[in-house]
Amino acid sequence: MERTTLDLWVGLFVLAGLGALVFLALKVGNVGSFDTGKTYAVTAHFDNIGGLKVRAPVKSAGVVVGRVGEIDFDTKRYEAKVVLDINSAYKFPTDTSASIMTSGLLGEQYVGLEAGADEKMLAPGDTLKITQGAVVLENLIGQFLYGKAGDSKSSAPTR
Amino acid sequence: MLDAIRSVGRRVIDGVWRLGTSFRFFILTVLHSWICVRRPQLVLKEIFSSGVLSFIIIVVSGLFVGMVLGLQGYETLQTYGSEEALGVLVALSLVRELGPVVAALLFASRAGSAITAEIGLMGATEQIAAMEMMAVDPIARVVAPRFWGGVISMPLLAALFSAMGIFGGYLVGVVLIGVDEGSFWSQMQAAVDFRGDIVNGVIKSLVFGVAVTVIALFEGYNAPPTAEGVSRATTRTVVTSSLTILALDFVLTAFMFRGV
Repeated sequence: MERTTLDLWVGLFVLAGLGALVFLALKVGNVGSFDTGKTYAVTAHFDNIGGLKVRAPVKSAGVVVGRVGEIDFDTKRYEAKVVLDINSAYKFPTDTSASIMTSGLLGEQYVGLEAGADEKMLAPGDTLKITQGAVVLENLIGQFLYGKAGDSKSSAPTR
Repeated sequence: MLDAIRSVGRRVIDGVWRLGTSFRFFILTVLHSWICVRRPQLVLKEIFSSGVLSFIIIVVSGLFVGMVLGLQGYETLQTYGSEEALGVLVALSLVRELGPVVAALLFASRAGSAITAEIGLMGATEQIAAMEMMAVDPIARVVAPRFWGGVISMPLLAALFSAMGIFGGYLVGVVLIGVDEGSFWSQMQAAVDFRGDIVNGVIKSLVFGVAVTVIALFEGYNAPPTAEGVSRATTRTVVTSSLTILALDFVLTAFMFRGV
């Protein structure tokens, strides 16, 4: 087949376009950093998940060890049922506790795992027993205000 | 009064008519595409004229759009003390919206108008009629290669636009203003999802590529064979495809990014 300069230009153009796609995928989107790893699913029930979203990070000691797989409402227990996809490279004891935390003051919410001391490790499909839901700001303010009111009452007679 | 109502009705009916005809034209083009597999040289030539020749305008505009995003984003984010999120802002707005949309708008005015004018002139100078006389199917020989050339070029151009824009944002944000380079890239990588953002952006640009080339080809193929007719068809191509891009973008965005 006869080769022309046109072919060269089209080839360069296609290469540049594909290069841009690869740049977007690797440098911008960070593909394959976590999704390719094998994961195992662990379930946790929370009384309140706050603003937790699917694909939010699961961290232990600040290191991302997994992602939130799915969030559902358990109609039997009236609690939120959260499935955590944890990277198979990381094993946790069965008495690991999960809590929903916020990164920074206004940051996104993530699930924090605190490893327990049990010798048995979590198997796929297990449920985390000890959980701590998200802190709701209104409740916090409410508690603070009630605490303040109680304080001033109890301290008034001593004055 | 009655004339005014009549003309409105005529315009609406005419619009629906054109929509139906252009859809039939699109189906016909796809059905006649086997020639592009047998003679890929034809498609290569069209990728050259619609893709390679749009390369410079896409790269330069992408760079400038990214630089403006970097400047404006920095100004706004600075007031909240979160200028490290500049990378996220630039990357997400480019990959999700500006890349596909602005690249498609530029593509419509740079390549779409050229396609319409070319085919319109072919019709005006009776080249298309001559092809039919020689039993050469003009849809297969003229229309289908241009269609596939445009559809292949558009996602590549949109990706180039986004990449250049992010580079422009990096130039202004990191090199010029001095946002921390590490957090610029790492926050961007944490926030941009491959499937949710980048693949959706590519799908958008594919849809825009199909829409723009079909509109350009249809307008050119059906242009009245006069100088005025060709000029009108070219204007219509740019106006119609720009409006179609923006409307389609709204629909696609509503489907793709409806929360999580």
